[in-house]
Amino acid sequence: MSAATPQTPAGKSPEGAPEHLTHAAGASVTMPPRGPEEQPRGPVIRPGRPVDQSEAAKRFMAAPQHLAMHDQRLWDLRQKRDRQMHGIEEWEELRQLASDIKMHTLTHLDQYLEKFERNALANGVKVHWAKDAGEHNAIVVDIMRARGAKRLIKSKSMLTEECGFREYAAEHGVEVIETDLGERIQQLDDEAPSHVVVPSVHKLRTDVAAVFARTLGTDPDNADAGYLAEQQRETTRPLILSADAGMTGCNFAVAETGSVVVCTNEGNADLSANTTGLHIVSMGIEKLIPKLENLAVFVRLLSRSALGSPITQYTSHFRGPRMGGEMHIVLVDNGRTDRLGMEQFWTSLKCIRCGACMNTCPVFRRSGGLSYGATYAGPIGLIIDPTFNRHKYSTLPFASTMNGSCTNVCPVKINIHEQIAGWRKVLSENHEIPAFKKNMMKAAGAILSSPRLYRASLPLADSALRHLPRFIIYNRMNTWTRGREMPHTPRETFHQWYKRERGKDGKKGKGSNPSAKTGGDAS
Amino acid sequence: MSASSREAIFAAIRANRPKVEAPLPVVPLFDANAPADLVAAFKKMAETMGGKILEHGEDSPIAALRTAVAGRGVIASAVKELPGDDAQGVRAITPDMLPTSLADVEVSVVRAAFGVAETGSVCLPDSRLIVNTAGFLAQHLIVLLDPTQIVANLHHAYRRPEWRQHAYAVFQTGPSATADIEGVLIHGAQGVRSLRVLFCPET
Amino acid sequence: MRVGLFVPCYVDAFHPEVGQATLELLERFGLDVDYPFDQTCCGQPMTNTGCHEESRATEELFVKNFSEYDYIVAPSGSCVNQVRRNFTALEQTEEVTAVRAKTFELVEFLHDILKVDAFPWAEFPHKVALHNNCNALRGLSIASMSELRNERFSKPKDLLGKVRGLEFVDIARPDECCGFGGTFSVFEEGISSRMGQDKARDQARSGADYVTSSDSSCLMHQEGCARRLQLGQKYIHISQILNGSRA
Repeated sequence: MSAATPQTPAGKSPEGAPEHLTHAAGASVTMPPRGPEEQPRGPVIRPGRPVDQSEAAKRFMAAPQHLAMHDQRLWDLRQKRDRQMHGIEEWEELRQLASDIKMHTLTHLDQYLEKFERNALANGVKVHWAKDAGEHNAIVVDIMRARGAKRLIKSKSMLTEECGFREYAAEHGVEVIETDLGERIQQLDDEAPSHVVVPSVHKLRTDVAAVFARTLGTDPDNADAGYLAEQQRETTRPLILSADAGMTGCNFAVAETGSVVVCTNEGNADLSANTTGLHIVSMGIEKLIPKLENLAVFVRLLSRSALGSPITQYTSHFRGPRMGGEMHIVLVDNGRTDRLGMEQFWTSLKCIRCGACMNTCPVFRRSGGLSYGATYAGPIGLIIDPTFNRHKYSTLPFASTMNGSCTNVCPVKINIHEQIAGWRKVLSENHEIPAFKKNMMKAAGAILSSPRLYRASLPLADSALRHLPRFIIYNRMNTWTRGREMPHTPRETFHQWYKRERGKDGKKGKGSNPSAKTGGDAS
Repeated sequence: MSASSREAIFAAIRANRPKVEAPLPVVPLFDANAPADLVAAFKKMAETMGGKILEHGEDSPIAALRTAVAGRGVIASAVKELPGDDAQGVRAITPDMLPTSLADVEVSVVRAAFGVAETGSVCLPDSRLIVNTAGFLAQHLIVLLDPTQIVANLHHAYRRPEWRQHAYAVFQTGPSATADIEGVLIHGAQGVRSLRVLFCPET
Repeated sequence: MRVGLFVPCYVDAFHPEVGQATLELLERFGLDVDYPFDQTCCGQPMTNTGCHEESRATEELFVKNFSEYDYIVAPSGSCVNQVRRNFTALEQTEEVTAVRAKTFELVEFLHDILKVDAFPWAEFPHKVALHNNCNALRGLSIASMSELRNERFSKPKDLLGKVRGLEFVDIARPDECCGFGGTFSVFEEGISSRMGQDKARDQARSGADYVTSSDSSCLMHQEGCARRLQLGQKYIHISQILNGSRA
């Protein structure tokens, strides 16, 4: 923006200051001022060792301001999602359609990829295929080098996170500028996104002020969200205008038209794709859908599920290069075809990365997304991450109560909590759970399958063992009492009571007035 | 690298593709309860999504448009209702312009192909933007929409021909927005800070 | 009708009064209720940890103990969910599938099988917050779920609604998991306790005198959290209220 142009402050329309805004990703509740408080960071990644999610989660919970904001913010998104759901009579039908369309596409993926490629080529797009992250990164950098391009503006893409693209680009002389505010914050802080839709949701505004003060030279004492967003806009804009290439991800790719669809609230995909003469799209091969009429189902579900907003502010459709420009699509496998062959887990490829499972997950809201130490956090991460590295992410499927709320909010009906249980079985069978856990379960299995051993293991009324049955604690970590009190140990077990009252055959006293037997418990 | 990777990917898909019956469902139009008054429904949603309706009252839409842009600095127009006029600071957008040349524009004026009542969105295809960046590089955007060109919902919207005709088309719904800092909603994250829709029949 | 009563291990050990209330309640309806003496557990601790093979012998014992009954009833949604949906380590013989199909959680048994329309002996003059165990809710569908756009219903509320004097209070996040999660409660104690404490605080804010549930495991965990926070609400299993307990 030139200096001569009249300024309109951020958040103000020409008609004056708007009332409290709640559309798009906006919170529908007033978030009380919090902070400053030191930001909890993600887990320390040790080579060859599984991610210690619990340890990082505990540090997140030890930061009360961060915990409270994170929980409130994501729960609010869940509430907004519910309100949208109630506004759409055909909601459950849409979920079923979305699931069916994805199932169909995935089971015919080769045909639709061929069709998509054919149509994209006919539209003048250059199509590239990458078997893995390394190939993806090399292809993109090669496209840029061949055109002497140095600065790349890009919109948010989980695939490029998955590929470690930014690091690779930096090592190969390509400057990457993230244009999504949340992603830009994370880039400037040299930290991975913590959530697929709201990458910096774990940060307080005071954390953002500190990052911007350090990297953009803003006022460290000004943590006003409007000020910070405006500073980012003003400092990023010259970089956008002087970029040589633009990159976007892809939310949906339509086979029948060869187009890619990108959904943003900021309009930054449009900026990234249209401002330079070179548009590169990174897309996972599972993003495909057959037809435009299918697209309506997904667009209706995506933002409603993600943010509780009817649609993203920008839903952008790229079918070919703009006049005089170039458009490239890099189709990436990176483990997806392997996953397609996993009988129990292939339907995780239906995922449209809305993040609804994260917003509803009570563990995610209290742990922070960074605690998972993986590109994909939360419930969907628990079932995708082990497909990338079974050992490294072997602990993640245990970071869940398997309560099933994730499955219910999933717009494409992935049975997430059942797949979490499925992964626990696979990990257990493949010796990817700690030996003490496995041994404990072996012992528990032996005790619980023997009435005699089981009876012997129970705490008795006259016993000093005022703790849980041994099959539960049976270990070096009686952790129960760290955050809760022990249950009172009753005088006798039900079993003893029954034997005393009814006799071993159950005949004693049967059929008499129950109130007589329970000391006035019943009226 | 690319050619062999392509073959490897297809081979892996064919080897691993689940052998389950999964027919492609037909997507209904879901318009049994479509609003009777599409214009009113569109208005309500456009405002819910942070947009504004540029009311023209007794004036003609074009008069209202001229008033709205008067004195606002650099104006870029892609519509015939507001021709280029140096004296008024109105720059006509032409196909030969560089995308970045619109960076100094205060208000862009473009015409939508159609609107969607369900979401309050307007469809802006490349042919209407003339230069794509007209839609988001300006500070503010005014969109002309023919009130007869509003469809009930996204199912109807995706049956329109535009998606098969244009290299680029965007559903814009309200202004650019972000809530990436503690959920505080801010307009004008990267794209336009405001979006106003002016109902104006296309002649 | 011969009913086999399954008393889950933690009910046996820590909340025998829940087993007693369940037994007596079923007997009030004239049912012939047996408590097979050799019963232990449903195998959930192992299955929940992914150790299905380690659970097999326990599952076999369960089938052996209960196959002769017309119905198997347990005052626990998570155990019944384990039997009905996750009893997969053992060979699926006719006997096994029959046991799995006829195992019911107490609330669904009263509501769907016995179709109980009155508890004339029951009176509970207190403010009560209801907690639905996640397995009972999302596994067995004892109530509609807040995430789905379906008709609203609640089998436990239907039953409790027939208790004189009982007043429901609503908590802010009714469907939110309390964090017990079986072995999760010990292996991930930090998050588990935090979730339980948040749940207990939500219940306290609702003004509830009592919290009730058809699952003792959730109640045991929540009660432990509430006591740690020195919150005043009390915890009682739904079987006790329906059986006529007044406090």
